[in-house]
Amino acid sequence: MDAAATRPPNDELAALAREARWRIVETVAASKAGHIGGPLSATDLLIALYFAQLAIDPADPQREDRDRFILSKGHSAIGLYAVLALRGYFPVEELATFDHGDSRLQGHPDMLLTPGIDASTGSLGQGLSAGAGMALGAKRLGRDFHTWVMVGDGELEEGMVWETVLSAPRFGLDNLTLIIDLNGLQQYGWPAGDADRFDRSEPVGHVDLERVFTGFGWNALTIDGHDFDAILGAFDRVTADRGVSGRPTVIIARTAKGRGISFTEGTYRWHNGVATEEQLETARTELLGATGAGR
Amino acid sequence: MKAQRVVWGETIADLAATDDRVVVLDGDLATSTRADIVADRVPDAFVQVGIAEQNMVGMAFGLSTLGYRPWLSTFGVFLTHRAVDQIRMLVSQTKAPVRIASAYSGLLNGSSGKTHQDIEDLAIMRAMPNMTVIAPADEVEAEAVFRWAADFDGPVYVRVARDAVTPVFEAPYTFEPGQPLLVADGEDVTLISTGVQTSRTLDAVRILAERGVRAKLIHLPTLKPLDADALCALVGDAREVVTVEEHSRIGGLGGLVAEVLSERGTARLVRIGLEDRWSESAPNDFLLDKYGLSPERVADAVLAQTAVAV
Ligand SMILES: Cc1ncc(C[n+]2csc(CCOP(=O)(O)OP(=O)(O)O)c2C)c(N)n1
Repeated sequence: MDAAATRPPNDELAALAREARWRIVETVAASKAGHIGGPLSATDLLIALYFAQLAIDPADPQREDRDRFILSKGHSAIGLYAVLALRGYFPVEELATFDHGDSRLQGHPDMLLTPGIDASTGSLGQGLSAGAGMALGAKRLGRDFHTWVMVGDGELEEGMVWETVLSAPRFGLDNLTLIIDLNGLQQYGWPAGDADRFDRSEPVGHVDLERVFTGFGWNALTIDGHDFDAILGAFDRVTADRGVSGRPTVIIARTAKGRGISFTEGTYRWHNGVATEEQLETARTELLGATGAGR
Repeated sequence: MKAQRVVWGETIADLAATDDRVVVLDGDLATSTRADIVADRVPDAFVQVGIAEQNMVGMAFGLSTLGYRPWLSTFGVFLTHRAVDQIRMLVSQTKAPVRIASAYSGLLNGSSGKTHQDIEDLAIMRAMPNMTVIAPADEVEAEAVFRWAADFDGPVYVRVARDAVTPVFEAPYTFEPGQPLLVADGEDVTLISTGVQTSRTLDAVRILAERGVRAKLIHLPTLKPLDADALCALVGDAREVVTVEEHSRIGGLGGLVAEVLSERGTARLVRIGLEDRWSESAPNDFLLDKYGLSPERVADAVLAQTAVAV
């Protein structure tokens, strides 16, 4: 069950990430509703977690000693579904039911419906508290699993996040890791200046996150969230620290919103959206190559 | 046909252009709620607060103490549930002139699913002292309500629907708070509805007519305060009353009418609304049909659950 021991090579992770990204745009286009930018910025981190880090068993999604993962930025559900499908939790074809009626794949993650989902999310800001509860429970029960939570940088605006940031070190939760998908954009946000009204300033651009988190008693690492070496290196440091420092760790992952597709990358206007036929073709070529054959 | 959210953005931008007291606080959803219309047309009236609904309520209260007439704008569910303590403490108790524009209210929210469906807001908001609770039927009534709210000196909660519905009213329209409105007359069965569900219920009345049933339809834009005498007068001596709402059957319009009828009426009550369970993400038509709120399903329910069936 220890994925870190048998990590696939980085080019394989990259190929999986390209495939997941394709599934994201394709699925949202077919369902005619859903988010694009946030799922695409998180894809590499999710692939690294599910294929190279989490101790999990897709054949036994509820296994007691599994690592926990909470997608606190629940609007990125389709990104998580794509990765779960590739990892074998359910058939890739099932992605086509996303957001339809009577589907296991809801617009936001539903732990009662979808195998592999550890917490229901969708109202932003709540995931880290849920993760702290899981990490605290593991400590009290003497269980060895690790709890991972992913938030968006816009999501950091929610006060509840900071309630947990304040308290988690007090509980000694070195079995809790927060990943910030720092893509620099939210849904609408703040204009960056007068030059271009579509220019947006970073949600937490005015905040020195490393200093804030270390000030609260956390370990903090800043990485490139699209570089598998950097991501896996950070994961290794988290694992090495478990049971040692008594401090939770935050991984501040610099990412690009809409990453991987030319027309979605770096703009808040693709926070959600449905690609046209033509745009889909562009995305397919960019992600899978002209043949569309993929990896 | 225009969506209520667009009417909201345009009307508030209009008001803000001539009234400095009008400010809009956005919870990072301006492109959805259409607060972006205000941001584009009257930038000074637009305040981005971020994804921080509790903070938004606190700031709106603070602004209101300095003479501002702030509008809170985000998905209703994040105000009526997440920031309910702040609304209760800082707005309801103090009678602060804060306006809550509850966007994407009810079941239909662009297939975001149950986390985003606000189907308990009427029950929650109705229970708060000092709160005026309004659910306009269509674009025409919505605009009148927004304009009325601009001058009202107290807290106002308005449901704003995401998608356009077939208009029920024609301009010019003057909103009278608390007044029930007769939108269709008939003697076989009496229906009462609120919000955009009135538009669908009016379609249900047409379907019932095709099946030989003449229904009376009363629209209740204001759930609170309510002119109960006026409502009872419209209900008359009907033996059965059916409420229809895009809300939980618990505590909303059905609850309100049950309170009124049990105090002063004699009619038997049938409540059509969302059952006490969670829904799901899906396109509008699917949801309306599966959860019993499409015109056809409402007509079916009326026939199945009242004496007109015989
Ligand atoms: C409590 C709450 N408020 C508002 C929203 C609506 N919403 C969904 S995504 C989003 C922007 C999120 O931005 P960020 O956290 O930066 O995520 P990303 O850029 O990765 O998509 C907003 C405001 C929500 N889901 N929950």
